[in-house]
Amino acid sequence: MTENTSMSKLNSYQNHKSKEEMKHQVITFALMIIFTLIAFYAVAVDMDKIFVIPLILILAIVQVGFQFYYFMHMKDKGHELVALLIFGGIWVAAVAILTFTTIIWW
Amino acid sequence: MSIASTQQKGFWAILWDYLTTVDHKKLGNMYIAAGAFFFVLGGIEALVIRIQLAKPENDFISAGLYNEMITMHGTTMIFFAAMPILIGFMNAIMPLQIGARDVAFPFLNSLGFWLFLFGGIMLNLSWFLGGAPDAGWTAYAPLSIQSPGHGMDFYILGLQLSGAGTLMGGINFLVTIVTMRAPGMTYMRMPLFTWTTFVASILILFAFPALTVGLFLLMFDRLFGSAFFDVALGGNSVIWQHLFWIFGHPEVYILILPAFGIFSEIIPVFSRKRLFGYTSMVFATFLIAFLGFMVWAHHMFAVGLGPTANAIFAVGTMAIAVPTGIKIFNWLATLWGGSITINSAMLWSLGFIPSFTIGGMTGVMLGATTADYQYHDTYFVIAHFHYVIVGGVVFGILAGLHYWWPKLFGKVLNEAMGKIAFWFFFIGFHLTFFIQHFLGLMGMPRRYWVFLEGQGLDTGNMISTVGAFLMGIGSLVFIINVVYTTVKGEKAGNDPWGDGRSLEWSISSPPKEYNFKQLPLVRGLDPYWIEKMEGNKKMTPAQPVNDIHMPNGSILPLIMTIGFFIASFGFIYQVDNNLWLIALFGGMAIALGSMLARSLVDDYGYHIHKEDLEKEVD
Amino acid sequence: MSQEHTLDPNNLPKDPAKSTLEGKHKFLGLWFFLGGETVLFSCFFATYLALKNSTAGGPTSQDLFGLELVFIMTILLLTSSLTSVYAIYHMKNYDFKKMQLWFGITALLGLAFLGFEIYEFYHYITDYGFTFRSSAFGSAFYTLVGFHGGHVVFGLSWLIALMVRNARRGITLKNASKFNTFSLYWHFIDVVWVFIFTVVYLMGMVS
Repeated sequence: MTENTSMSKLNSYQNHKSKEEMKHQVITFALMIIFTLIAFYAVAVDMDKIFVIPLILILAIVQVGFQFYYFMHMKDKGHELVALLIFGGIWVAAVAILTFTTIIWW
Repeated sequence: MSIASTQQKGFWAILWDYLTTVDHKKLGNMYIAAGAFFFVLGGIEALVIRIQLAKPENDFISAGLYNEMITMHGTTMIFFAAMPILIGFMNAIMPLQIGARDVAFPFLNSLGFWLFLFGGIMLNLSWFLGGAPDAGWTAYAPLSIQSPGHGMDFYILGLQLSGAGTLMGGINFLVTIVTMRAPGMTYMRMPLFTWTTFVASILILFAFPALTVGLFLLMFDRLFGSAFFDVALGGNSVIWQHLFWIFGHPEVYILILPAFGIFSEIIPVFSRKRLFGYTSMVFATFLIAFLGFMVWAHHMFAVGLGPTANAIFAVGTMAIAVPTGIKIFNWLATLWGGSITINSAMLWSLGFIPSFTIGGMTGVMLGATTADYQYHDTYFVIAHFHYVIVGGVVFGILAGLHYWWPKLFGKVLNEAMGKIAFWFFFIGFHLTFFIQHFLGLMGMPRRYWVFLEGQGLDTGNMISTVGAFLMGIGSLVFIINVVYTTVKGEKAGNDPWGDGRSLEWSISSPPKEYNFKQLPLVRGLDPYWIEKMEGNKKMTPAQPVNDIHMPNGSILPLIMTIGFFIASFGFIYQVDNNLWLIALFGGMAIALGSMLARSLVDDYGYHIHKEDLEKEVD
Repeated sequence: MSQEHTLDPNNLPKDPAKSTLEGKHKFLGLWFFLGGETVLFSCFFATYLALKNSTAGGPTSQDLFGLELVFIMTILLLTSSLTSVYAIYHMKNYDFKKMQLWFGITALLGLAFLGFEIYEFYHYITDYGFTFRSSAFGSAFYTLVGFHGGHVVFGLSWLIALMVRNARRGITLKNASKFNTFSLYWHFIDVVWVFIFTVVYLMGMVS
């Protein structure tokens, strides 16, 4: 059970496709790093709170979207139900966070 | 393995078989048996409560013990009686209904069962170890933080263990339904019980983590000195209420949706009619689940969340009446013009419809925020939720037990005793709880140890207690029925009702360990009924007879659970003595060690060979 | 069904992780579990957001947090996410050595992250006297970040166990799905960290 077969066994179309995909993922990673830099920079230079907080939150959400769709392949086929359940979880999460930031203290 | 060889096994071999089993049918039966045991415990606690409240200023039990009784009654009934029995049905029946040979994660399934069982044992051991939890089943902080002794700690760890088990069960059912449906079993051909299992599992997946977090916070505050609920250090006890009810309200639907599924199976079979409005039933189930996550704060109207929040949650609450109403009308329309057989399973189903509707109606009343200030924390609330939980869930469980008993255990329950049990329980139930609506409206608060004489509450409480005993007699008759049937009952055929519609009735009772010798080809909704209508005696197979791959049994889930069980004691008692940290780390080492063992040792399962299968009769 | 677990070099499945029923089960099961984890962490986040100003006179988030440490930790974890993507890429190409190499790098980055986190907690406790018991803010902070750290510890143990166990076996259809589910779990840890560094650290430093 220890076959270490070489890449030549794979057909070239598949090979091409996964190379293409790898390129996308490197671009994704680069974007994620850039977003992180922007977020840290915005905080470091002490910009206005009303501007910074929405900005870094949006950057975080986009970054997480990249993680889910590219790194975790949620964009691929066969992930429809997976996406449904993840969004279900996100929905419950959003309702909970909204509650805790609005009506815990009064 | 033929049936003859299993019958020759000695006691220890059978015990070992059950301790290591990963068979979903055996685990289902174990869930039901353990749930029934806890149901009896919870029932005894209920009777003690009712005896205490039989007359004014009674001194049958002390105030402290009364608090322990109400807490344990609620916790046991919800977490260790109703849920496990329903999960037992899901385990035993759902794979049969979708034409699967097993569940997706047999090992996890067994781990889930043991975690639930040891969680229940943990909770109940508190009776012998210095007193049971006494802060109510809702364990509101700061009361639960200040509750002396270790009672509440047992509540926290017991629920944490069983909650982990339930979460595993939920994921297991979801994956099973997604990947293991028989050829032709599309989503919209799945029986309603399978659908409700699916939706209830989604609810479990999203609701239980909130409870997990809440219990962690409570545990850290009680055992490790954190300050989540400590107002002096900036804590806020409303957080617990939110976390508890974010879990707690979906929990109600985790209980009631499978019960709805059971009724949706029984009513068509004994009306000899296809379920009316199948699509709308599925849709309504999803709608209830979706709305169920946005209404939790209706348990907290009196907390003072402000009129806006209260209004939003009130509207959501009332909206749930719509899909529930759709279901009620669909059941009535299924009955309409059907050729109805009245037997025990059907009696429980017919008794459910009006009982649950009353509970639903009082639910809408409670959902009206302004009125709720009047009802809040009175016996009106008690009456409401017993009407939905007993009138819905318990009736559903009993209906399901009568209906599926032949499939689970191979024998049909005695009809005469079934009917006697129903009438005792049904009349007792309405006597107990209907009057409580009025007691509540007259101002009798819940969770009080005694009430005073001459306030118009005496007669009502007496009636309620009498009713509770009638329910007790009903349950007793049911248990006698079970014993009688086990000893004397006749063996049931594949389809003892003659009108079975779904796949579980196409195979032997109880099913073989591999369920289906050949996976069936499903040609529509109610597949077995379709074949019968076309004059076929069996399902058309979708594959030739072939070797069947089966998972190996394993003792590891039990060892893992015992590890966590020991660690839980370590968590609780390390407050008193640091030596208990040994138990904590030792237990964790056992649990994680068995996880590692499971991960490192490859388990390829075994095969039942074609030749052996061909020898077996169907 | 032993043929299911051995590989025929001439007929390799395109995605070894999902080519068996068991693999599909693991894949879906882990994803569904992550749906539940989303709710779990959101409840910790919600609790933190509710209690982040409850410092009870102790140190506040502005007193405590520094950008540099968090930035290093973020880059470490983000990079480890990319390296595990590389590892899975090589797994799909049946290149076992490269997969082990990239997973090895992932494990090292994870360990480094953990080291910085431990240093960070140590720094808060010794230099500021800011503990789990100081205030509701302290409890909420350590619980949220600590639960994430616990996930990292669990993920690392999982990865190391997988790598050691399969060091001599190469890629099989049985372990491919295990490596794949691990990598999904690891990405999710990164997802949670993205929100932690944004919501806890960056928002905590904005005055």
